[in-house]
Amino acid sequence: MGTSRSDRVHDVVVVGAGPAGLAAAGRAAALGADVALVDGAAVPGGQYWRQPADDALAGSVASLHHGLARYRRLVERVRGIEAAGGWFPRHQVWTVTREEGTFVVLAITGTGAEEREVGIRGRRLVLAPGAYDRQVPFPGWDLPGVMTAGGVQALLKGHAVTAGRRVVVAGTGPFLLPVAAGLAESGATVAGVHEAASPLAWGRHIGAVVRNVAKLGEGAGYVRTLARHRVPVRTRSVVVAAHGEQVLERLTVARLAADGSVLPGSRTTVAADVLAVGWGFTPQLELPMALGCATRVDVDGSLVCTVDDQQRSSVEGVFVAGEACGIGGADLAVVEGEIAGAAAAGTPLTDRRLLRRRLALRRFAAAMHAAHPVPTGWIDRLTEDTVVCRCEEVTVGRLRSALPLGADDARSAKLLARPGMGWCQGRVCGYAVSCVMSAWTGVPPSPVSIAARSVASPLRLGTVAATEDPSSAAES
Amino acid sequence: MAEPGSDVVVVGAGIIGAACAFFGARAGLSITVLDRGSVGGGTTSRCEGNILVSDKGPGPELDLALASRSLWLDLAAEHGAERYELEEKGGLVVATSEAGLSSLRSFAAGQGTGGVIAEPVASERLRDHEPNLAAGLPGGAFYPQDMQVQPVLAAASLLAAARDLGARVVTGEEVTGALRGADGRITAVRTARTTYPTAAVVNAAGTWGAVVGERLGGTVPVLPRRGFILVTEPLPRVVRHKVYSADYVDNVASGDAGLETSAVVEGTRGGTVLIGASRERVGFDETLSVEVLRRLAAQAVRLFPFLAQVRLMRSYRGFRPYCPDHLPVIGSDRRVPGLLHACGHEGAGIGLAPATGRLVADLLTGAPPQLDPAAFDPMRFVLEDA
Repeated sequence: MGTSRSDRVHDVVVVGAGPAGLAAAGRAAALGADVALVDGAAVPGGQYWRQPADDALAGSVASLHHGLARYRRLVERVRGIEAAGGWFPRHQVWTVTREEGTFVVLAITGTGAEEREVGIRGRRLVLAPGAYDRQVPFPGWDLPGVMTAGGVQALLKGHAVTAGRRVVVAGTGPFLLPVAAGLAESGATVAGVHEAASPLAWGRHIGAVVRNVAKLGEGAGYVRTLARHRVPVRTRSVVVAAHGEQVLERLTVARLAADGSVLPGSRTTVAADVLAVGWGFTPQLELPMALGCATRVDVDGSLVCTVDDQQRSSVEGVFVAGEACGIGGADLAVVEGEIAGAAAAGTPLTDRRLLRRRLALRRFAAAMHAAHPVPTGWIDRLTEDTVVCRCEEVTVGRLRSALPLGADDARSAKLLARPGMGWCQGRVCGYAVSCVMSAWTGVPPSPVSIAARSVASPLRLGTVAATEDPSSAAES
Repeated sequence: MAEPGSDVVVVGAGIIGAACAFFGARAGLSITVLDRGSVGGGTTSRCEGNILVSDKGPGPELDLALASRSLWLDLAAEHGAERYELEEKGGLVVATSEAGLSSLRSFAAGQGTGGVIAEPVASERLRDHEPNLAAGLPGGAFYPQDMQVQPVLAAASLLAAARDLGARVVTGEEVTGALRGADGRITAVRTARTTYPTAAVVNAAGTWGAVVGERLGGTVPVLPRRGFILVTEPLPRVVRHKVYSADYVDNVASGDAGLETSAVVEGTRGGTVLIGASRERVGFDETLSVEVLRRLAAQAVRLFPFLAQVRLMRSYRGFRPYCPDHLPVIGSDRRVPGLLHACGHEGAGIGLAPATGRLVADLLTGAPPQLDPAAFDPMRFVLEDA
């Protein structure tokens, strides 16, 4: 344990080395800024271009990646940062603070007794924290074998591991296709893709779609891969329950009516040892919120950072890029990163094409959210003993018992019945609890109360204490 | 459109408002509780739920605390301890220096005259109480009367019990002012949405008591004193009692505006360990202070070295409502007939709530108070005209 504080003050500190952070760091460095790039992983790429820590695996997962050439270009552009001592891999940021007019990014590195805190100083910040899978509970979802689509993808890209032998991919959104295609290409049997949305849903947003033909091409490629592996793709289809003695054995799937309810007589059973399920993504806002950045509710119901056309947040010197500004995918994240990196380096981009590209991609994202909502019927399919919060083992019945005590939103439910109090701090259950409470009480959900977390990543108390200045702890 | 009238409107659905509502309803009054937020969503949700006598010297606050403690036990007997998650866990105060030990001993001796049970604990016996304490601490005192409740659950359960007695609780309703009759008496409480006819109003708005008091026509000098609490990952029961360093008592009573910290460590039913306590006067500044977290962590690790390896999962901060003399304001506001205050309990609101609620009920019904309210008189801060 211990700490290291460098006196070096970078012009720009970029947190997150996914598509947005890589683009921001590279662009700022190219414009002459002294840049630090901080990420929890060993290799840049983020969730989208997640790379194995072990180089030997890199070749075997290369085919899973979309836009790998672009990834390599972005990585090439940050080489100079590494050479100048500004690349901080395996550094998990737990908070950001201010000191003497600079920002200090406080990160944890090393494991076990080697854990220590590193303070990385910067005059300006680019926060590109990304997002995590949005989950909704259903009967049996707490069985081992039920995983997030993002988690299954991370195993595949990061460790060349297929999560199961017979996998069902379900939920909603374009992300399901690459997950299913990657599994099929890696040797798993994909027993089916169950997309809750209607295939017609995109039709109303044709304008947004035609401006992003490349994205359609990407999707069509995955569809071809799935067809080659004879993977059935069902739309308006949803997993309503998971079954198994100790681990996942079977799933009940059903067809959805337009109102999100299950069509009578449409339930069938599918054998599977893994379910990869995802209902879109939730931005990680701990760091922007710790700095007081203003937020808004996006079209998909997620809380996101408010930024201007230069990706400036409401806080002077803090720029935000990528999924934290609204879930929109890697292409949008890269564009936002380029803009944020340039602005943070003090040379705002005047390239109108990039700004127009961002607008087009945001329209595409809005169309995607409209086409892939979380169908509301899931709340009606919960049973009293369905677990809502897995960390604290809070069931629907337990949550309901907080109602007569006055619980009327996610926060008061947490205080009275403990959902969100455990290890994940509500990252998994926060969205679901706020939806359920809102459905029960009629009070609109308040995403702010479930997004703020004072400690972005757990760390040892000994590490927190180690940097204490002994002279200030005047304990007599 | 006005709402149905009631004898009393209680402003604030925190622990103090809940206790006022419960004891008022039990005394036969019709009660309406209004809160701009949720039940127990203010300072009640930002504390540890302490019911302490160990940190109080003889005087009116200790009298209130002892009366309150026995009322908490009555409530637990009447409704079930589970409704409040009441635990008679006891407190262990640990000196960190020889000088600290001798001042703790004399403080404890004084407390004894006020009705507090304090058992001296020699250095070598400290670990009988807390096996995981650091070695070599000079000694301490065990306070078997210290207890704890789950504060939000306690407020919610008191309000539920009040509702069973006919009280009405309206959340999401912010009080904006009062209507007064020709004689100056309060006749109704105004909110952004409607009015609530009433003969009396109790300002139980805690840290926001000054603002609510002003809106109702009688301000009180309640100010925020910020505190942070660290929450660890869930563990098996590793800290049995409330354990704190003897410096805590000095910090509670201190008038210093700067940052003061002293280790206060305790386990919870959920398995997490809570680490406090910091005090600083920075208004309603909500930003995380890493410096405070570092000091609290370091002090806790000094008391319990194993905590160095335990992970910090989150922290939270709250604003204690304090008055210049560190005593709450409980009683009638003679500037505004019909207005009573019950706020400013600083860091002791959970512990002091039932006796406060009963005292307010006595004042409302005209029953002889079971405790002398003179020291808590809201008028003590007001230069009254003859």
